[in-house]
Amino acid sequence: MDLILAGLGEAAVRLVTGDPDVRAATTAALAVSGSATLLSIATGVPAGAWLGLARFRGRELVLSLVNTGMGLPPVVVGLFVAVLVWRSGPFGALDWYCTRQAMVVAQYLLAAPTVAGLTAIAIQSVDPMLRVQLAALGATRGQTLAILVREARLPILTAAMAGFGAVISEIGASLMVGCNIKGDTRILTTAIALDTSKGEFGSAFALAFILLLLVFAVNLVTTWAQQRRRPA
Amino acid sequence: MTELLTANDLAVWRGQREVVRVERLTIEDRETLVVLGPNGAGKTSLVLALASLIPFRGELRFHGEIVREPIAYRRRIAVVLQRPLLLDRSVRENAALGLALRGVGRHDRDRRADAALARLGVAHLATRPASSLSGGEAQRVSIARALALDPEILFLDEPFAGLDAPARESAIADLARAVGDGGVTTVLVTHDRDEALSLADRVAVLIAGRIRQVDRAESLFVRPIDPEVAEFVGVENVLPARVQASDDEITRLVIADRVLEVTATPPAGELFPLVGIPPDDIVIARETPATSARNAFAGKIVRVEPIGRRMRVVLDCGFPLVAHITHRSARELALRAGDDVVASFKATTPHLLARHRRAEISPLGSFAQGRSSRSSPLG
Repeated sequence: MDLILAGLGEAAVRLVTGDPDVRAATTAALAVSGSATLLSIATGVPAGAWLGLARFRGRELVLSLVNTGMGLPPVVVGLFVAVLVWRSGPFGALDWYCTRQAMVVAQYLLAAPTVAGLTAIAIQSVDPMLRVQLAALGATRGQTLAILVREARLPILTAAMAGFGAVISEIGASLMVGCNIKGDTRILTTAIALDTSKGEFGSAFALAFILLLLVFAVNLVTTWAQQRRRPA
Repeated sequence: MTELLTANDLAVWRGQREVVRVERLTIEDRETLVVLGPNGAGKTSLVLALASLIPFRGELRFHGEIVREPIAYRRRIAVVLQRPLLLDRSVRENAALGLALRGVGRHDRDRRADAALARLGVAHLATRPASSLSGGEAQRVSIARALALDPEILFLDEPFAGLDAPARESAIADLARAVGDGGVTTVLVTHDRDEALSLADRVAVLIAGRIRQVDRAESLFVRPIDPEVAEFVGVENVLPARVQASDDEITRLVIADRVLEVTATPPAGELFPLVGIPPDDIVIARETPATSARNAFAGKIVRVEPIGRRMRVVLDCGFPLVAHITHRSARELALRAGDDVVASFKATTPHLLARHRRAEISPLGSFAQGRSSRSSPLG
């Protein structure tokens, strides 16, 4: 019990004084996960919107693959990206191994299927008759797509938040391709793991508190989006 | 009147099933055509095809020209569907949506949207979010969204189906005024006879995907062309008869040994026509009235039951007869099952139909035993 209390006390001090290690890990985590999430929104939302609206042979198979992607084990993604950016790998010339870029790629691969899959569901949840109504109002295909995405913006926001929530809490892939370099690729999760292994619970608790705060913020936005009333 | 829209050999298929086939249907400029039919008749499919919103076979001519560019055609019409389908925006933005899609500038579209909202009595809601509206308000906004476009044809697919009775009556009145004031050519799809009567210049009756009759509203409801149409438009009395004699003025018909006099002439060569007698045109009295009505039949009341604002009186006059009277009349005459009364109607009231199918009238003896048959109101 003393150990926990001492850890929590030290965590409070580190948070209040703005400990540089804690600040660095938080900044790195937000930069890496934020970039990966933005990339996954940029590609996942259009792809998901298309998947939600298009009707083509093999659509169910594609949706199944995307859904499978939502449950990808981070260590498998880490392995895959590590092999790609390994010095002798296909993208070795980029020299991305143990960099934030490699971490962004890994986290993007984890977040993009979540964003695309949930966007497809969000678009499909918009009343199908709205498409008929928009066509009746003389909307072109592009206008229809833009309006449907805007109508589904809150579920799509939820999709983006889910993507961010998945990667901000992820450790396996980031550790494998980022190498947990202090002040560079060390993020909240990898720092917590390292500090815990060293018995530095005060630092670990401080980082864990920030991580929980971020996850709570994500869930707050998601809950607000889900509870909002729709027009008749 | 000029033909604004014409459908020729129009057919709509759902999978392997043909749900609508219309040989020819015209919509005249500035008229209100009501497509009336029971649930599942294909009304929505027909209106969506007429608006070129679903695939169809056949030909659609707008101003005499074949419709080849659906989007261009749709930008000259407007469609209101069963549900309002408003966007998660303000009421004004919703009312102006069609104009925005057509590239109309903000100032102009807001002005036209506000004018349309005012026509539907919901101008005061303009700045409210659409999510805060009641069902009736939302449907008015949906109609305003359509009217703001100044459409050449306004299609309405059962727009009041989801509203409660007071909201529906009020919305119908507002629609009638808005459409009438603007002289908008309107096609309204409904299964509600009162809506049809309130709004229609002409009525097209759609049953099982086929248009069975197109007529002026006031004619169709008293002169349905066949028993199925009669049944649907509320002419409950469709009775098999035999022509006894006919001259220039009067045709004498025999129904279950009782003689009717009608001014209508039987369909060509038809010796056994069906007689349609609108229930609203039958007068119930305790004694035979001294009037000019040529037909008066003594009978016994089988049943008296309320149907909305009227009472339905089922009689056994030697043949089954249904009359619709007001609650006040039923109360003042103190009508009860088993009472002896006299039902009368003028010779001009009944109309004669060709007998397309075998009549299913029950023999008198079975009435008292309560046996049911499709055309017997006594069952």
